[in-house]
Amino acid sequence: MSDMTDTVKISTKNVDVFYGDNHAINDVSVDILHNTVTAFIGPSGCGKSTFLRCLNRMNDTIDSCKITGDLLMDGEDIYAKSVDPVQLRAKVGMVFQKPNPFPKSIFDNVAYGPRIHGLVGNKTDLEEVVEKSLRRAAIWKEVKDRLHAPGTSLSGGQQQRLCIARAIATAPEVLLMDEPASALDPIATAQIEELIDELRHNYSVVIVTHSMQQAARVSQKTAFFHLGDMVEYGDTSTIFTNPVDQRTQDYITGRFG
Amino acid sequence: MLALTALLIVGLAIGFFILSRAKAISASQGVLANLHSRPSYHGTYVMLWAMIVGLALLLALALGWNAYLHAKFIADIRAVLPDARDIQINLVLSDAMAIAAGQVSSKIDPLREATAVSFARADAVRIWATVAISLGGAFIAGVVGMRNISADWRARNRSERIIRGILWASAAVAVLTTLGIVLSLIFETFNFFASIGWRVDKFLFGTRWSPLSGVHDGQMDMDKVGAVPLFAGTLMITGIAMLVAVPIGLFAAIYLSDFASPKVRAWAKPMLEVLAGIPTVVYGFFAAITVAPFIRNTGEALGLSVASESALAAGIVMGIMIIPFISSLSDDVINAVPQSLRDGSYGLGATKAETIRQVVLPAALPGIVSAVLLGVSRAIGETMIVVMAAGQGANLTANPLEAVTTVTVQIVMLITGDTEASTAAGPAFTLAFTLFCITLALNILALRFVRKYREKYD
Repeated sequence: MSDMTDTVKISTKNVDVFYGDNHAINDVSVDILHNTVTAFIGPSGCGKSTFLRCLNRMNDTIDSCKITGDLLMDGEDIYAKSVDPVQLRAKVGMVFQKPNPFPKSIFDNVAYGPRIHGLVGNKTDLEEVVEKSLRRAAIWKEVKDRLHAPGTSLSGGQQQRLCIARAIATAPEVLLMDEPASALDPIATAQIEELIDELRHNYSVVIVTHSMQQAARVSQKTAFFHLGDMVEYGDTSTIFTNPVDQRTQDYITGRFG
Repeated sequence: MLALTALLIVGLAIGFFILSRAKAISASQGVLANLHSRPSYHGTYVMLWAMIVGLALLLALALGWNAYLHAKFIADIRAVLPDARDIQINLVLSDAMAIAAGQVSSKIDPLREATAVSFARADAVRIWATVAISLGGAFIAGVVGMRNISADWRARNRSERIIRGILWASAAVAVLTTLGIVLSLIFETFNFFASIGWRVDKFLFGTRWSPLSGVHDGQMDMDKVGAVPLFAGTLMITGIAMLVAVPIGLFAAIYLSDFASPKVRAWAKPMLEVLAGIPTVVYGFFAAITVAPFIRNTGEALGLSVASESALAAGIVMGIMIIPFISSLSDDVINAVPQSLRDGSYGLGATKAETIRQVVLPAALPGIVSAVLLGVSRAIGETMIVVMAAGQGANLTANPLEAVTTVTVQIVMLITGDTEASTAAGPAFTLAFTLFCITLALNILALRFVRKYREKYD
C-alpha cells in the first residue's frame, strides 16, 4: 500500500436518490480516494449499484430518477448545469456486470472510445493505444492474432477483459466496475482481480461486488450498504476484522444477506 | 337440405356422446377408477366416429353423385343434339335445371322441358338417398362404436389418435392449398410458354407487351409478350416507394425507440400502425385523386410535363403505405438491441447520436435489412394502388413523371378484361408465377437475415 495517497478524487456528501416515490439511497457520504480500490458491498437491492451509477451520471438515462446532495469530482460538482455528462463519462469509465462487447471487431471495440473522443491523430497512434489497452487488460496475447474477429466471438472472461480494455483506452481517471466478475469462472475472476490491483496505480477504481472475499482481496477501502443506507465505511482490513456496526458484522459473517 | 343433414349428423353424434358416456359410467360398476379411460373419452370416441363417418358420406355423395348426374345428362343431351358445341349443351342443361327449380331459363323448348322433368326426378332421388345414407352411416358407426365400450376399452388413446388425425388434416389443407396454387401457376406458365413455341426469352427480354391484341383463336404473337416494360415499371415504382419508406420508416423507428418519451411512444406507435390498417383501395384513390393531380400541377408550374398517372404518384403513396411496416419492424429490432450495449457506449462517454449510429444500428442491421426486404416484397405485390394510380400502357421509360404499368396491373387487366379466360389466363399466370418467384426469393432472403440476427442475442 506504499503508493496509496489520501487525495480525495470524488467526494460525496448527503446523497439521496429517488426512483419516483422509492427512496433508493438515503443520506450517503463517501470519499473515493485517488489510486485506491474502493469496494461497495451489501446484500442485493441495497443501492450500491445505484450509487455507483450516480458517480458518472448513468442514472440520467432513467427519467424517474432524482438525485440530491453533493457529488464533487476534483472539487467540481458532477451535477452542475455546466457539466456535460458525456465529457464526465469520458473521465469516469464504467465496466458492467455482464460483458457487453459491441457487435464490432475486437480492434474496433477498443478503438471506439479513442475514436469518438478524437484522442488520437493517426492510425499508428490508434493501433498503439489499442495494443497498450489490450496489454493492460491482460488479454493482448490471446487476441493479438485475431484483432479483426468479432468481439462477441471471445469467451465470457475474455469479453469482460475486452470491455475493461475498452474502458482503459478512453484514458479515464476513475474506473467504475459493477460486479465485473459475477458472470465469470474462478480463473477469469482471478485474472480480473489481478488486473484491478494493477489498475490502481493509475486510476481510482470503485468496484461493486457480492463476493466479500473479492472485496477483501482487491480493495483498500470498503463501504457497506444496507437498505439504501451506507452503514459503514473504512479501511477494508478494519471492516472485515473489526466492524463497528452490528449489521456489518452480521453480513460479513454470513448471518444474513 | 344437405346443410340441415350435416346439422342432424352433428346432433346425432352429440346424442351418441351422452349415451356412450352413460354406458361407460355403468360399465365402471360404480367405481370410476375401474375404467381405463374417463367416461368423456368414451363419449368423444363414439361421437367422433359417428361424425366423421356421417360427414364423409355426406360430402362424398353430395359431390360425387352430383357430378355423375351432370355427366349423365350431358351425355343424354348430346345423344339428341350430336352436332352441338359443348357450350350449347351446357346451356341446355343449365336451362333445364333452372326450369326444374322453377326459375327463369333462357329458352323453353320440348328438349329442355323433358330434360327438366327427368332431372328433377333424378335430383330428388339423389338428395333423399344422400340424406338417408349419410344419417344411416353415422348411426351405424355410433352403434358399432358403443358396442365396444367396456372398462378395458382404450377410448382415450383411440380418440386422441383421431384428434391428432384431424389436426394433421388441418395442417395438410393449408400446405396442399399452397402447393395446389403453385402447381397451377407452374402448369399455366408451361402452357403459355408452349403456346409461344418455348421462346421464354421473348417473354423475359422482349420489350413489347400487348399479348391480347389481335388474338382470336388463342394463338399469341410471341413478339407482343415481352414483359420487360412491366418489370421495369414494377421496379421503378417499388424503387420510388422504398426511397420514401426506408428513410422515413427508419428515422421514425429510431425516434420512437431512442428519443421519444414513453408517453409520446405510447400514442405515436399505435398511430403509425393505423397506417398499416388503412385498406389499400383507400391509398389507391388517395393517390389517384389527391397526389397525382398535385404532382401534375406542381410539375407544370415548374415547366415539366407530367402524366396524370405518373409512376411518381403511385410510388410515393405506396411508400407511405409501407412506412409502418418498416418503422414497426425496425422499432422492434432496435428495441431488441440490449440496453447493456447502449450503457456500454454511454459509459465510455459516447453521445446518444454516436451510440445509435455506431452501436445500435450496426447491431440491429440484419433485422432492419429483413424489414426492408419484407417491405420490398410487399411493394412488388401491391395491386390496388397501382391499378388506380399507375398507367395501363406498357411504356418502357426511366422517367418517373411518365405513366408506367406494373406486373400486378397487367394481371388485373388480363383477368378482368373481356377476353376468354382460357386465353387471358396464360400470360396472367405466367406474370404471376414470375412475381411469385421474385417475392419468394426476397422472403427467403429476409428470413435468413432474421435467423442470423436471432442467433446473436438469444
